[in-house]
Amino acid sequence: MVNNGDAVRARRLRVERGGRTIIDGMDVAVPTGQVVGLLGPSGSGKTTLLRAVVGVQARVTGELTVLGEPAGTPSLRRRVGYVTQAASVYTDLTVVQNLRYFARLAGLPGAGAEAAVRRAVAAVDLGGHEKQRVATLSGGERSRVSLAAALVGDPELLVLDEPTVGLDPVLRRDLWAMFRRLAGEGRTLLVSSHVMDEAVQCDRLLLLREGVLVADTTPAELLETTGALDAERAFLALVERQPDAQPDAQPDTQPDTQTPEGSR
Amino acid sequence: MTLTTTTASRVVAQLRFDRRTVALILVLPCLLLGLIAWMFDGTPVLDQFGPMLVGLFPLIVMFLVTSVATLRERQSGTLERLMTTPLGKGDFVAGYALAFAALALLQSVVVVGFALAVGMDVLGPLWLVVVVAMLDAVLGCCLGLAASALARSEFQAVQMMPAIIFPQLITCGLLMPRDQMPEVLEWLSRVFPLTYAVEAMQELAAGGGWSEVAGAVGVIALFIVGAVVLGVATLRRRTA
Repeated sequence: MVNNGDAVRARRLRVERGGRTIIDGMDVAVPTGQVVGLLGPSGSGKTTLLRAVVGVQARVTGELTVLGEPAGTPSLRRRVGYVTQAASVYTDLTVVQNLRYFARLAGLPGAGAEAAVRRAVAAVDLGGHEKQRVATLSGGERSRVSLAAALVGDPELLVLDEPTVGLDPVLRRDLWAMFRRLAGEGRTLLVSSHVMDEAVQCDRLLLLREGVLVADTTPAELLETTGALDAERAFLALVERQPDAQPDAQPDTQPDTQTPEGSR
Repeated sequence: MTLTTTTASRVVAQLRFDRRTVALILVLPCLLLGLIAWMFDGTPVLDQFGPMLVGLFPLIVMFLVTSVATLRERQSGTLERLMTTPLGKGDFVAGYALAFAALALLQSVVVVGFALAVGMDVLGPLWLVVVVAMLDAVLGCCLGLAASALARSEFQAVQMMPAIIFPQLITCGLLMPRDQMPEVLEWLSRVFPLTYAVEAMQELAAGGGWSEVAGAVGVIALFIVGAVVLGVATLRRRTA
């Protein structure tokens, strides 16, 4: 990958939803070629941040750059893969029909699409289920189809919203090994999770609480600074260390710039 | 393959797994038409109104089916995912329209065939009846797609039919000849697409040919394009 530096960079990022501020003036960077974990309790703004990165979140202000371009730029749609929290594939189609459709959307021609589908099926260990309708698969299998649908396009940046929920330990281990391999190939992975054991497998960790970045650190640093024995306790220590009612200091009053709408 | 046809073939693949829906789409209009034929057996009612119903029933059936389509995509999360891919909003709506247009063609052939079998006589050319019936069904699809982009819940989606189709049914000339309506209603009927669908079929029933229905067919085609554009315009890539 030619694009060194940061795969995602946010400055004074702010997202509002239903009159509430979900993300409040966030400055953050996701380095290229790393697995970056996005951790935080539910309602902390993880999904909203990921949706902003892939360009489907409304009312995003501030600066948000993805692979060198403003988030939501049409050309990014080929370079970024997104997996939603709930499996978002067509349950009335077979595994292969789903993957073939997403491969073609990613711009792969017939033969290339077939090869990409085979690779993606193997990557999520769904061999033997190719001709099965998604509706007849188990919950864990469905979420793997959903993950495979993002892998077929071979994106430079993978944005995964809780990809390991409902999966057994063996599969979780295998998926994390795959995430590491993908990062080794130069791809960037932004993975949200609230399973703290998974945190140790990330290169960097972003800890989110109520739309504010509580920590931007590495797993080793996290344990060291908190003195906790494991990631779970370290996270709790960090979350509870921050006083709830912070004085609402807003030093920068520069006008926020609107990210360009990437609609066609 | 373009992204539009890729999407259309994906929708067709989904329909092929849903045999019951396809059966309902093909059989239901025939069943309704059969009831009318039976009720008015031995009278010229079927010859007079049959062609209009051949256009009307498929339109309503297709409207209902497609008005749920976008909502289904929205609620399954697949729409959000599609919006992060290179798929254009136009590809999405046109893909659906294309897939359902193929089904509409099949439907109109079956329904017109059935109407002839139960004794409908059409004075005008039969192929035009099929063409107009198909255009009506496609219009139903596209209006349904436009409506479903507006609906945010199942409750809203099912009410789009009475909200959008019923006023057109009342003023289209089926209940009362349009020249006998109060002036305002007559004007209103002119801006509704269903009026032109019914008008074209009336002409064909009375022995008219292409030159008599060309105008109405053109208006229906414009409404189809308009509904697709509306469907695209109301789709949002970014949502709250």
